[in-house]
Amino acid sequence: MSENLQLNSEGKLKHFLSIEGLPKSLLTEILDVAQSFVGIGDHQIKKVPLLRGKTIVNLFFENSTRTRTTFELAANRLSADVLSMSISTSSTSKGESLLDTIRNLEAMYVDMFVVRHSISGAAHFIAQQTAPHISVINAGDGQHAHPTQAMLDMFTIRQIKKDFSNLRVAIIGDILHSRVARSQIQALNTLGTAEIRVIAPKTLLPAHVESLGVKVSHNLTAGLKDIDVIMMLRLQKERMTSALLPSESEYFKCFGLTEDKLKIAKPDAIVMHPGPINRGVEIDSKVADGPQSVILKQVSNGIAIRMAIMAMAMQKQGG
Amino acid sequence: MSQIHIKQGHIVDPVNNINRVGCVYIADGKIISVTREPAGFKPDTIIDAQHKIVCPGFVDLSTRLREPGQSRKATFKSETAAAANGGVTTMCLQPDTSPVIDTPAVAELIKELAKNADYPQIYPIAALTQKLEGTELSAMLTLKQAGCMAVGNANQPVRNLLILRRAMEYAASHDMLVMFRPNDYWLGNNGCAHEGAVATRYGLPSIPEAAETIALAQCLELVELTGCRVHFGQLSCKRSVIKIHQAKKYGLHVSADVAVHQLHLTENDIIPFDSNYHVLPPLRTEADRQYLRQGLASGTINSICSDHQPHDKDAKLGAFPETEPGVSSVETLLPLMLKLVAQRIITLEQGIASLSGNPARVLRIKSGALTVGFAADVCVFDPELDWQVNADNWKSQGVNTPFWGQTFKGRVTQTLQAGNIIHCLEKSG
Repeated sequence: MSENLQLNSEGKLKHFLSIEGLPKSLLTEILDVAQSFVGIGDHQIKKVPLLRGKTIVNLFFENSTRTRTTFELAANRLSADVLSMSISTSSTSKGESLLDTIRNLEAMYVDMFVVRHSISGAAHFIAQQTAPHISVINAGDGQHAHPTQAMLDMFTIRQIKKDFSNLRVAIIGDILHSRVARSQIQALNTLGTAEIRVIAPKTLLPAHVESLGVKVSHNLTAGLKDIDVIMMLRLQKERMTSALLPSESEYFKCFGLTEDKLKIAKPDAIVMHPGPINRGVEIDSKVADGPQSVILKQVSNGIAIRMAIMAMAMQKQGG
Repeated sequence: MSQIHIKQGHIVDPVNNINRVGCVYIADGKIISVTREPAGFKPDTIIDAQHKIVCPGFVDLSTRLREPGQSRKATFKSETAAAANGGVTTMCLQPDTSPVIDTPAVAELIKELAKNADYPQIYPIAALTQKLEGTELSAMLTLKQAGCMAVGNANQPVRNLLILRRAMEYAASHDMLVMFRPNDYWLGNNGCAHEGAVATRYGLPSIPEAAETIALAQCLELVELTGCRVHFGQLSCKRSVIKIHQAKKYGLHVSADVAVHQLHLTENDIIPFDSNYHVLPPLRTEADRQYLRQGLASGTINSICSDHQPHDKDAKLGAFPETEPGVSSVETLLPLMLKLVAQRIITLEQGIASLSGNPARVLRIKSGALTVGFAADVCVFDPELDWQVNADNWKSQGVNTPFWGQTFKGRVTQTLQAGNIIHCLEKSG
């Protein structure tokens, strides 16, 4: 209900905070619009004038290279003026509140915030607090959501597999701490995916994970059977020190994706990863660089998807 | 001193088994008679209580008034006015003030602040351990002599069970009540929401029921070992209710309360990230809420507290996990209790007992009843009066309530504390 914060009175995208609450038609529209931007990277002039004169601020309260870069490129290709700020080391360390940071930037006539923050709910909070003409795009908040990542994953899947209704998808790894997994699950469910499995030890699964609409497996070999799409998740080093796992090597032995394990899935299964990858921890190099891997394709698609979402969220400002 | 005649109200006094229309007579701050007019009674104040309910003033087992230390959030003046507006005549103050209530000086400061606010019936709960750190015992006897009714460690768990055992033994030696909010520090894992479907969906750091039930089970074992009198505060889940029920059946002398919002709200209310629903212990599932209600109805839980925690606006402005937990709740205590009566979960007598006689019995104080000779702590309320939770009707400095803007049935019209009229609702047209 409150997710309507993301839509204006005509049901158009205003903020992009979470996949939850967005209808299938809107997700499909995002994928279609992104499709129209795909070729732009190959043109001599890699720009369209859709957001000329608009100011976009990338507010990164948490470190990120890849996501920030693709957002910057996407905004540039839409001809917007872009300012990127890494705030983790500047204002908040001086005691400035999140709200004060936002208010200060608002006063500089900004049209859009792209926000990454380490706390769940930060993007919602900013969207609630900003002036009505400003759009907020969630570039990852805590363990809650990373909806642009999920949409670029959906885009990549659709490019290769065309239709979601016959697909069996496995998401493997640290579901508990993953905002990516939460958004992927919501997007896959909204788009009508036949089956979603999460594969992880219990320590890396949130309570009542089935309530998200997934099947659960603690065994990679059994879980990979008949799978069309394998979505790996990054394993953070600190999971070892907080007693969630005994060691990287044991994790790799149980849940690492190797060529042998990959053979259990369907022969035409694709392997995805949101990056950055930990070779030899969650995925073997031979798989990451192998013919079934679409990891770099995901990165390229990230620009088109972010262009689509930014353009659509700004569109509402016309009327 | 003055004589007050509360006239023709519907008196509900569960302790004295009174439930009928009649008058209450007060002189020199004390109840001198109920229903029968004393000879030579010449009231200088008459309170017309026709169509109203006259009951003992409420005894609130858990409040925070933010002084000393956080007067930007609230003050004794603002919060005692709020309490009076809510029919509360006795408040227990949690020890996590700044400085902590672990020395007689702080206890005396609180008594002084209460006196200056013209609301003397505030009982500080002394810290169970120094600075609430869970390592060294507080000077409980000295604190008792300085007016502390009980000891407790507020929201700070005592991580070392040997320290908890000794603290309970020492409290028992001085016949002090321990007020214990069961909460295992490690299992709580700095969470902010119930470990369930909602926290999973929104990626919120979560607290399992086991954080409460394991701490509760450990403390129950220590009750048996030490013979300490323990009251468990702010229970939040089904299995806690079951554990208290079993402990009582087994013969342990323990009691328990629930914060009023736990009887009405669930984890679903926080969706997506509404910080007004950020409370500790967290709002749990519908099944937990039902069990808490049943526990109240069956008497396993004998008291309802407000767990009043007023905040400034900034405290609730932020991403959900970063906001401060707590609800400003003393003014919605009565209508939320009455809602349970309207829903036939409990009877009116049970509801009033859970707000007055039962918590008074937990504290062993002469209040919570209209007994002749007791201080005249009285609440008069109109059970049919509708009112909206808004700035006109609100006295607390904290407006952090999920019920803001809602209309409730049942409003306190007069509150008397030891015979002083500390609240009188202005007649509105």
